[in-house]
Amino acid sequence: MSAAALEHGQAVPRRTVWSRLSRHLTGWLFALPWLVIFLVFLAIPILASLALSFTGFGIANLRDWFSADFVGLDNYSKLLSDERFHKAARNTAIFVVVGVPLTLASGLVAALGLNQAIGRFQALFRVGYYLPVVTSIVAIAVIWRYLLNPDFGLVNAVLGLVGIDGPNWLGEKSTALASIIALGVWRNFGFDMVIFLAALQGINPVLYEAAKVDGATPWAMFRRVTLPLLRPTILFLAVITSVGYLQLFEEPFVMTGGGPLDSTLSVAMYVYEQGFRFLNLGYASAIAYALFIAIVVLTFIQFRVLRSDEYV
Amino acid sequence: MAVDAARHPAVPVPATRPEERERRRWWLIALLLLGLALTVVPFLWMLLGSLKTQSELLRQPPTWIPESPTADNYTRLWNRLDFPRFFWNSTLISLLITIANVVFCSMIGYALAKLRFAGRDLLFLLVIATLLVPGTVTLVPLFVLMSKLNLVDTYWAVILPAAAGPLGVFLMRQFMLAIPDDLLEAARVDGAREFTIFWKIVIPLSAPAIAALGIVTFLPSWNALLWPLVVLTSQEHYTLPVALAIFSRGQFQADYGLLMAGSVVLVVPVIIVFLLLQRHFTQSVTMTGIKG
Repeated sequence: MSAAALEHGQAVPRRTVWSRLSRHLTGWLFALPWLVIFLVFLAIPILASLALSFTGFGIANLRDWFSADFVGLDNYSKLLSDERFHKAARNTAIFVVVGVPLTLASGLVAALGLNQAIGRFQALFRVGYYLPVVTSIVAIAVIWRYLLNPDFGLVNAVLGLVGIDGPNWLGEKSTALASIIALGVWRNFGFDMVIFLAALQGINPVLYEAAKVDGATPWAMFRRVTLPLLRPTILFLAVITSVGYLQLFEEPFVMTGGGPLDSTLSVAMYVYEQGFRFLNLGYASAIAYALFIAIVVLTFIQFRVLRSDEYV
Repeated sequence: MAVDAARHPAVPVPATRPEERERRRWWLIALLLLGLALTVVPFLWMLLGSLKTQSELLRQPPTWIPESPTADNYTRLWNRLDFPRFFWNSTLISLLITIANVVFCSMIGYALAKLRFAGRDLLFLLVIATLLVPGTVTLVPLFVLMSKLNLVDTYWAVILPAAAGPLGVFLMRQFMLAIPDDLLEAARVDGAREFTIFWKIVIPLSAPAIAALGIVTFLPSWNALLWPLVVLTSQEHYTLPVALAIFSRGQFQADYGLLMAGSVVLVVPVIIVFLLLQRHFTQSVTMTGIKG
């Protein structure tokens, strides 16, 4: 039909109208199954979350949604004075601010190293470094809780060999969050490495040759050639890694339960706790929305800081 | 280089002699090997630990090779904790999510890449806008919705919200953009219907993207904790991560043999698939990541 309309062009206007209509229809039909699920289970809930955050929604309102009290900005003003939320926000911020640069740096060092020093064995290292990325965080957290155990864990046993008396990593306020950051870096740097490797392999070797001819040191080449060319990759990884890290949940949930003394309580954990342990669903929505806003703001800042005009 | 040093006498160029460069290379290799040990040893420790007895697991200094290897931890998982059930739940849920995403995302991906229709760009913008929305935001409203639909504590509650993700659409669209229009146009002129073109031409050509999509969908579904933890309330519906997380915090907190064996069950299938499809994995990462 559409082929016929195409051949006759404007000679058959009725058919053209029909074919144009069917073209739009075909497009939407292909999009429909995805779109319905997406709207019902993702797009509408995002908006509903905002609406919920202005209510005192509790377990009693689950049957009749509109019986929930409208409380305006009460949930948000409660956030401002909620000490535990402050603690959770602070912990999450530290996790992101320290963890993201460390993860990117480790990924970059691994990629640079693999790109230069290792010839034939690159694949082996790549697989090894990528292993933690594909495995379940729950399993990883369980394994590391055992490794970090102060009495019979491997980490302190190894430290003991060189005469260091390792602390109770997850049991002390001063080391618990640091341990969780280290675990985050350990689990995620392999992802950054793979992306960095792909980007490094895309850099034209002629640039390095030219720099070498000019007598550039390896460090200067890294600073002046590699780093500027990696900028879009760094931006992409910073955004992706930050969005993931802001939602920190599994590691503290399994390893510390948020303790000791809330020193590893994260915002996502607090959402879970308020929503599904205390059943303050309205308040939990407000916390989640605050997290959402933080993600949007941070992404925006990263785009402003890291974007260079040449690559946009 | 000598010429160059003469040209810029003010800036001394450190001569990197071959021996020095070689030494630097060995340091780098040592560092990389240390990194490899750090990533691989925990998994080895898990595997070895799952075969040890409780008393050996608690020994200080720890042992590497199990003195009297035992399958006791696994039999306890199987007989006392119903891990086969959790394994089946995880497999079923992750497979259905993956199939749904492959079907739905390639359909809309095709529409966005190759069909012209009113509202197309707006639709694509919607997809992009939700790429970075955190799962934490939809946690509460989804629970409210699921309880209204009477789906709390069912597989559907886990499958439906994950059945149509924005990442998959993005991936399929980007890949399908590269399929030449002439090919599709030729089929259209031959009178092929749009669905036939999609099914007979576009899908076979998109096999690498479908493999990548399968990987990036299956893995997060298999590993997911937060939403299944919220919505699956009875033990018979637990997925592996939910079961492991709950047991590791509850009565089996210090039963490291059991927990290591549970981790093996959760991790090893993924590692095997990863090793088999290694090339596709890297491809899936660069496909979703780089081609922005």
